[in-house]
Amino acid sequence: MTKKLTALIVLALAVAACGSATDDTTPGGDSCAKEDLTLVTEGTLTIATGEPAFPPYVVDDDPTNKQGFEAAVAYAVAGELGFTDDEVAWIRTGFDDAIVAGPKDFDFNLQQYSITDDRDEVVDFSVPYYTTNQALIAYSDSPVVSASTLGDLKGLNLGAQIGTTSLAYIEDVIQPDTAAAVFDTNVDAKSALDAKQVDGIITDLPTAYYITAVEIPEASIVGVFEVSEDQADNFGLLMREGSPLKACVDEALKSLRAAGTLDALADEWMSQAGAIKTITP
Amino acid sequence: MTGSQDNKTRQSRVAQQRARLFFGMREEGARGALIAFVATAVFVIVIVALIGTSSTWPAIQQQFLNPEDFASSWPKVVSGFWLNIRMFLIAEVLILVISLVLAMVRALRGPAFFPLRATVIGFIDVVRGVPIILLILLLGFGVPALQIRGLTNSALFWGLTAIILSYSAYTAEVYRSGIDSVHESQRMAARSVGLTQIQALRHVIVPQAIRNVIPALLNGAISLQKDVALVFVLGIREALREAQIYTSLTFNYTSYIAATVLFLAVSIPLARFTDWYTDRDRRRRQGATA
Repeated sequence: MTKKLTALIVLALAVAACGSATDDTTPGGDSCAKEDLTLVTEGTLTIATGEPAFPPYVVDDDPTNKQGFEAAVAYAVAGELGFTDDEVAWIRTGFDDAIVAGPKDFDFNLQQYSITDDRDEVVDFSVPYYTTNQALIAYSDSPVVSASTLGDLKGLNLGAQIGTTSLAYIEDVIQPDTAAAVFDTNVDAKSALDAKQVDGIITDLPTAYYITAVEIPEASIVGVFEVSEDQADNFGLLMREGSPLKACVDEALKSLRAAGTLDALADEWMSQAGAIKTITP
Repeated sequence: MTGSQDNKTRQSRVAQQRARLFFGMREEGARGALIAFVATAVFVIVIVALIGTSSTWPAIQQQFLNPEDFASSWPKVVSGFWLNIRMFLIAEVLILVISLVLAMVRALRGPAFFPLRATVIGFIDVVRGVPIILLILLLGFGVPALQIRGLTNSALFWGLTAIILSYSAYTAEVYRSGIDSVHESQRMAARSVGLTQIQALRHVIVPQAIRNVIPALLNGAISLQKDVALVFVLGIREALREAQIYTSLTFNYTSYIAATVLFLAVSIPLARFTDWYTDRDRRRRQGATA
């Protein structure tokens, strides 16, 4: 009889102990200690980016050199989580492969993933580490050059890369008379621009800077679109759906934001030099 | 009386046989049909059970078989598919004509025709030796980028041209095998009654050759029906691209299933027709020789 009672008490205490133990690991500062994190590979923060990765996000297709906006942000987040540079491992994924539902071989993935509600259903996103607008690129002899309102663009042939918010912006906001040409990559979109099959292509502003500075110097940024807050392109770190890391990664990004680190990195790598006209609705 | 009954049973047996042949079964009789039925039933039950009990099945349903996504992607995929159909029909007609001309030129004999023959062989070797997607990118982006006056820069035009060239090269070889399969005596007989080489080809050899290769041509048509989708790399919004756009915006793959349904709706009837035609042709020939 006494034995049974003792056993019962022990059991009750054990259950209570378990309960309080799980309480301890839900949000709050100390749960994000490095050793408490659930990682793909223990002791190492596995970060994924695109193949190839390119400037201004990753310089020389080598994120370990910490050169480039996303490489720098990745190491800043890693540092905030308590990882040394040596404890960061990089892998490469395709843009689309990484967003299929299911297990992931990375802790987080960054390659300019715009955060959208639809995507958020299949994967998890961190809070934004960058917010950008859309930009229109064209050759100087293109009819889009004179455009100053969205109405001016309706009758023209526009192009964009598949899966981007730039394409969604054309479809939902500009709604041109001829459906936008849709390309696998911005490289193909540039080919079409080159072939004069499209009058202009739309990308996010940082990409537009890169295209006009490096890839097609003869083309220029015709203008940027005034994008409302909810239409803005927010880049987030991509994690698997229900990732236990999300809370800690968000925490890290928020403190980097508060410390001014994210803005400083954006200024350093995503230079917003020069005045470009704004295309109004 | 008995004669007509015999006739009827024979007719029904022929019909049964045709139905069986239609599904690829030969003279196996009632026992064969029963075995086939049981085997199929067991197979289907096992597959369904495996899928249904799989832990990822709900996720698969959500990602690939979502009725809402099917309905919302359907109109765009269908409008894209209408473009596929038009491209297919235009390309098929041009391919059949161009490749026949190529094959006929290749079949011409005599040293005088050597330059023509060499040109055709060179064309077929080069075009057939290059991945079709490369040809599409080369013509679709490359040629318009030259900005040659008077040439269109339409991606659709150049993309389809690339497909037509590639398929013409392949189909020319199909015709050639048909021409080779016509017995040499036919050519000699035609020449001996005074037909020129070209007349002999046109009126004697080619009609027989075409009949020999119709199944192969139909097979090519099935392949073409799917391959016209490749022009999507040029930014053209055909069915596959429309499905992909939907997927890229929603991360849901049901739109691909919608496109699959449309492609199959065309290719399966074409495949059945090819089988049926091949079979009918074979039986007809057997009848002719008997």
